[in-house]
Amino acid sequence: MLPDGKNTVDVEIDPGRCQGHGRCYDLVPELFGEDEEGYGRVLSGGPVPPDQEAGARRAVLNCPERAIATQP
Amino acid sequence: MAADPRFIRDFREAPDERPFGTRSEIITGPVSDWASDFSHTEPEWSADPYPIMDDLRERCPIARTERFGGGWLPTRFEDVAAIAYDTERFSSRAIIMSNFRPPRELAPVGGSPPISSDPPFHRDARKLLLPAFTKAAVSRQEPATRAFCHALIDDFAGQTVVDAAQDYAQHIPMRVIAAMLGFPPEDGPRFREFVENTLEGVNLPPEERMARMSALFDYLLDQIHDHLDHPRDDLTSFLVNAELYGHKLDAGHVAGTMALLLIAGIDTTWSAIGSSLWHLARTPADRERLVADPGLMRTAIEEFLRAYAPVTMARLVKQDMRWRGADMRADDWILLSFPAANRDPAQFDRADEVVIDREVNRHAAFGLGIHRCVGSHLARMELRVALEVWLERVPEFTLADPVAVTWSAGQIRGPRTLPLRIG
Ligand code: HEM
Ligand code: SF4
Repeated sequence: MLPDGKNTVDVEIDPGRCQGHGRCYDLVPELFGEDEEGYGRVLSGGPVPPDQEAGARRAVLNCPERAIATQP
Repeated sequence: MAADPRFIRDFREAPDERPFGTRSEIITGPVSDWASDFSHTEPEWSADPYPIMDDLRERCPIARTERFGGGWLPTRFEDVAAIAYDTERFSSRAIIMSNFRPPRELAPVGGSPPISSDPPFHRDARKLLLPAFTKAAVSRQEPATRAFCHALIDDFAGQTVVDAAQDYAQHIPMRVIAAMLGFPPEDGPRFREFVENTLEGVNLPPEERMARMSALFDYLLDQIHDHLDHPRDDLTSFLVNAELYGHKLDAGHVAGTMALLLIAGIDTTWSAIGSSLWHLARTPADRERLVADPGLMRTAIEEFLRAYAPVTMARLVKQDMRWRGADMRADDWILLSFPAANRDPAQFDRADEVVIDREVNRHAAFGLGIHRCVGSHLARMELRVALEVWLERVPEFTLADPVAVTWSAGQIRGPRTLPLRIG
């Protein structure tokens, strides 16, 4: 549990920045997938459990377009 | 079936409709100072461009040349990224820096959509291709690619030294793209000529370049006719039937995109596979680590793509302007070096080292922004399978003769002769 009582981390892909490099879904297929044109999407639609935060962070650090953001 | 009127007359036979471009004087020979006279076509650059890039980044981060009618070479990541994102001021009307600038009327479509296209047309031309090149779609090519890599290695039987560039890396992307376009697999050697001419022949006289380009388009037209007569489930039939804005694509768009897929897919991936094998042959510690822990393959591949990024693109400046201190003129070239960006210490820790388990790697080998390589998932699959099969079959190898290694000239860089000792 996080201090504010939420037990998930929000992961978002900015569709205006994502160009479909696919680094997120290549590296962390548990959390990310591709749409029918190869753009990235968060499989859960946003919230991921805190124990998966490391994976989300890894995607953030490898997205060439800096399109992924995480927020507790 | 009824003949398709788009392809009856040769679509190039309309000289009056074709506006002229601009030619510049061909200047070759040793570079006097890389900051004011750079040339990516000189042997010194092909052999080892990285020290030149590093030096320029320190002392003149946007270098200049009067060759090719004038151009600029940014070497900092932030400048390369800014130009890739700024399609308002930098056009993709031409992406190979040569002595010929196509006419401005060619924008926003360009000769080989979508790589030569600018907004707003670019988006629509690109959208057509995306579904065929998703990670899921290209994974269908994986079993055949793997089998083909094994067959290439089967042919090494009895040899102790093989040329990994000529006898292995080169054939993989040729076979894959021929299958996707629906071309005869045995036509591979002809593709090689087309590729060399487009990418490496930039200092040939324009007439000769055009004559050679004609040979490519003759070949593509034959393939289009064959597909009109015998439609099948491949990219050529797809492009022949594809529609944009309620009409089928015009003949130039169909052939231009086919040419792009053929050319963009071969030299690039060939180079990536070759450079990776070259690195592993001369770095036994990395080779042994990858053989022992194949789980490292994904990060290793991204690191090879970063450190030995095969592709440099070009742009044309749209209007006179002062850009980050450089007095740019309309129609100046920008040599958009993703390889230089990928070696910028301001963007990457230990930028000049190959770290196969690098954790943070926002490299730009496949470009940045709207032109992100459409084939990146295909290229990654080919590179991964090529290395997996090689390491499984030939876990131990070294450079047979380091000085015999040769590198391609021009905007795509990779080994073209790579003798490896495998036994
Ligand atoms: C390791 C191999 C490859 C590398 C490093 C690479 C690199 C690049 C780069 C840097 C761009 C951006 C061009 C720009 O900004 O002007 C690009 C675009 C493109 N590449 Fe690749 N490429 C590779 C393989 C492939 C393959 C296998 C194909 C398909 C068969 C392909 C098809 C394309 C296409 C169609 C574009 C144009 C995209 C657009 O303009 O929207 N590439 N490539
Ligand atoms: S890595 Fe970034 S650009 Fe690529 S698909 Fe994921 S979010 Fe999009």
